[in-house]
Amino acid sequence: MINYNKLIFELSNKDRIGYSLPKQRFTDYNINQLDQNLTRETELLLPEVSELDVLRHFTNISNKNFGVENGFYPLGSCTMKYNPKINEEMASNKAFRNLHPLQPINTVQGALEVYYNLQTYLSEISGLKEFSLNPYAGAHGELVGLMVIKAYHEDRGDFKRKKIIIPDSAHGTNPASTVVCGMEVVEIESNELGRVDLEKLKAVLDDEIAGMMLTNPNTLGIFENDICEITKLVHEAGGLMYYDGANLNALLGKVRPGDMGFDVMHINLHKTFSTPHGGGGPGSGPVGVTEELVKYLPNPRIKKIDDYYFLENSGEALGQISSYFGNYMVSLRAYTYIRTLGKENLRLVGPYATLNANYISKALKTAYDLPIKGYCMHEVVFNGLINKETDVKTLDIAKRLLDFGMHAPTIYFPLLFPQAIMIEPTETESKETIDDFINVMHKIAIEAKEEPEKLKQAPTKTPIRRTDEVFAAKMMIFSYKDYLEYIENRG
Amino acid sequence: MLKALNISSVDELFKDIPESVIFNSDYDVPSFMSESELRNHFAELAKKNQELTLFSGLGLYDHYQPAVIDALTSRQEFMTSYTPYQPEISQGTLQYIFEYQSMIQTLTGLEVSNASMYDGTTATAEACFMACAVTRRNKVLLSSTLNPNTINVIKTYLKYKGLEWDFIEEKDGVVDIEDLKKKLDKDTAGVIVQKPNIYGLIEDYSGFSDLIKTNKSLFIMNADISTLGVLKSPKEDGADIACGECQSLGMPVAFGGPTLGYLATEKTYVRKMPGRICGYTHDLEGKRAFVLTLQAREQHIRRSKANSNICSNQSLMALFVTIYLSLMGKNGLKEVNNLSYQGAHYLYDKLIATGKFSDPFQKPFLKEFTLTTNLPKETIQTALLENGIFGGMGLDIFGEKYEGLVNFSVTEKRTKAEIDKLVSILEAIS
Repeated sequence: MINYNKLIFELSNKDRIGYSLPKQRFTDYNINQLDQNLTRETELLLPEVSELDVLRHFTNISNKNFGVENGFYPLGSCTMKYNPKINEEMASNKAFRNLHPLQPINTVQGALEVYYNLQTYLSEISGLKEFSLNPYAGAHGELVGLMVIKAYHEDRGDFKRKKIIIPDSAHGTNPASTVVCGMEVVEIESNELGRVDLEKLKAVLDDEIAGMMLTNPNTLGIFENDICEITKLVHEAGGLMYYDGANLNALLGKVRPGDMGFDVMHINLHKTFSTPHGGGGPGSGPVGVTEELVKYLPNPRIKKIDDYYFLENSGEALGQISSYFGNYMVSLRAYTYIRTLGKENLRLVGPYATLNANYISKALKTAYDLPIKGYCMHEVVFNGLINKETDVKTLDIAKRLLDFGMHAPTIYFPLLFPQAIMIEPTETESKETIDDFINVMHKIAIEAKEEPEKLKQAPTKTPIRRTDEVFAAKMMIFSYKDYLEYIENRG
Repeated sequence: MLKALNISSVDELFKDIPESVIFNSDYDVPSFMSESELRNHFAELAKKNQELTLFSGLGLYDHYQPAVIDALTSRQEFMTSYTPYQPEISQGTLQYIFEYQSMIQTLTGLEVSNASMYDGTTATAEACFMACAVTRRNKVLLSSTLNPNTINVIKTYLKYKGLEWDFIEEKDGVVDIEDLKKKLDKDTAGVIVQKPNIYGLIEDYSGFSDLIKTNKSLFIMNADISTLGVLKSPKEDGADIACGECQSLGMPVAFGGPTLGYLATEKTYVRKMPGRICGYTHDLEGKRAFVLTLQAREQHIRRSKANSNICSNQSLMALFVTIYLSLMGKNGLKEVNNLSYQGAHYLYDKLIATGKFSDPFQKPFLKEFTLTTNLPKETIQTALLENGIFGGMGLDIFGEKYEGLVNFSVTEKRTKAEIDKLVSILEAIS
């Protein structure tokens, strides 16, 4: 049913129902008793369909999606590892998912135990003192982490520290979070190897620097080998070091951010700790800090005395940044993952991910332009084909991969290389899968030379072909109502 | 693989890393567990939780979740995919986001919505940022009848961004329009109200929009999206931005998350709107298609000039909403509200009749209401808990201002037997 092409609204049939609600029990009362001034006049444009209509519709459109279980998903920087089914089974436990967050504390001890233990495990894995699991996503974690940094300086009466140093290779969320936190971005250029340039760093360090955000390994998949010098310089200038956990997967079992001198960090549970990406969310972005900064973590905190867990709200904390305990059910999945792997297997994650990436790097560098030599970490960045004489661009290579039943890598990021292709295999892929990918990439490189038009036309085997994005931006058709109006005007 | 790389051990790949930071020991976390051990472990943990019959909501409600929702949202094609950057193999996600946007459009009456907000509180904070960006002003006025969680989150966001806020006083449980008149000034970017409010009351916002628009500020309405199936839409109230929590549309209470926040506005303001937006287009063969659009607003393009740092698209939760509303349709959504209304009003009358509770406000409500009582709130809670019920939540957990107020909410899931039991327990205590 790959050609299925209906909107749910187009299945609508007057008064058809897909729900199962109880009978009316208290007929003395009726919502029509509400003053008309308070109730809506405009008719609702919602579909009227049966349960089976709904099941078929969403099953059919799901077939136009590509998930991790469809095939290789080497989307750089996104850590598209396998999402274990046991995580889902544990998260479907009604004794957790039906808990109201305002229930008395003695009725949610099991839930709080999971929260508390997960934050303890994350502290251990990160080499930091304590975590809060309240931030809802990676970018939310960045914002909260920056709030911690700001709170720290202001608490010391130092109000002039408003600048955050960010390398030009950083994810776009870093500068965006900085501005949302009311601070100023100082961007520094990377050196020719894609790393932090120590001289350029020194040049911007002054008493207005609040801290520095760093992704390590950076977005080029390269470890910042001057990391000890970097953290030392920033600390000496009075700033704090923020670790963007986007690429933490590479370090699992090898290096802990706290040991490198980082003071604050976030972790993307939906990357490193195997919780599903959900088409973009929900994620979870726990924030961890050094002992000195624990008091600024957002409210509420989960504490433990003997075997009793309870909530604490502190006046010193930076405030409240979520309704309750963050995306709790995502935390539950990450907890399950850590317990599944245990100390024996967690330490293998980074090495295996790194091995897979280097294997790809070596195998593809004969056809693809590898701008940074030497070993990479968990991901490798190419700058398009070596053969620059063809008209084939990175976009065409990515689209052609879809025809081979593989997801495209991240493309045109990082911005340092104009034809960037960023490949992250993760540790959960077999050698066979990776070899298939390598073969396909070589085949595409040959096609680029011999049949470039095939790549320009790609993909041709997907549910739809390339889309008209200019039309979408110009027409701004954002709803079924807009769509109906557009069809009517078009005639 | 090692052979292909001419190395003898994976450790050689890490030779760039300074020796001093290499972590050479085991993590101090427990040893691994097999699946069956994990199941036992969770069964033990689950015993330490108590699943209760919910008679309090305060933003998260125990509505019925059709079985179809779990069956469909657990499909790996939806659950394990990433943000739909490759539209050719992401039409499933893109199409349901378009359908979700359409549903939020009809419920709020506003032209465009995203599917990117984490929850109702942060969506409201983002609405404040939007109002400041649109008006180039730096202060928002918050109704005193907002949910305190929303107030707290907004305050944190505004404080760190360097923006200001002030409160509009409440009078008899609803926001006071006279105080609004006094406080609107040239710095006011937006005014935020909530419907139904923290006490469950349905406020009448007649006259608000004119006042606010005359002052060239934006009118922001936080509304429980489910109730908009019957209540006046934000558009009909003259709101410029609507935002709030979507949990009541098919999601479990889930110990507070994940849920989804909605954020909707008119197209005039779309360029200041955070998050991903999906638009209709066609592919090169003319087939109908959907894509992420207007991305030049977003962090991955604009970096420090972006309107927001939002990167998430809370897609999977938007799928819950889309499936739920597809099943319910307009009749089902009205019926859910009517059944909740009936149950809540039945309980209300019964509680008042006990003589132990009274209504300080005497105003219209839907599924949630607030009473005063001379019974000690600990006694109420303990008596109910002994019977597996969570209800009569004391609002004073949010601060002294709410001393003596208790919350009750009733959804269509609550049976007559459950409500009668609650009443008889409360009748029996003194």
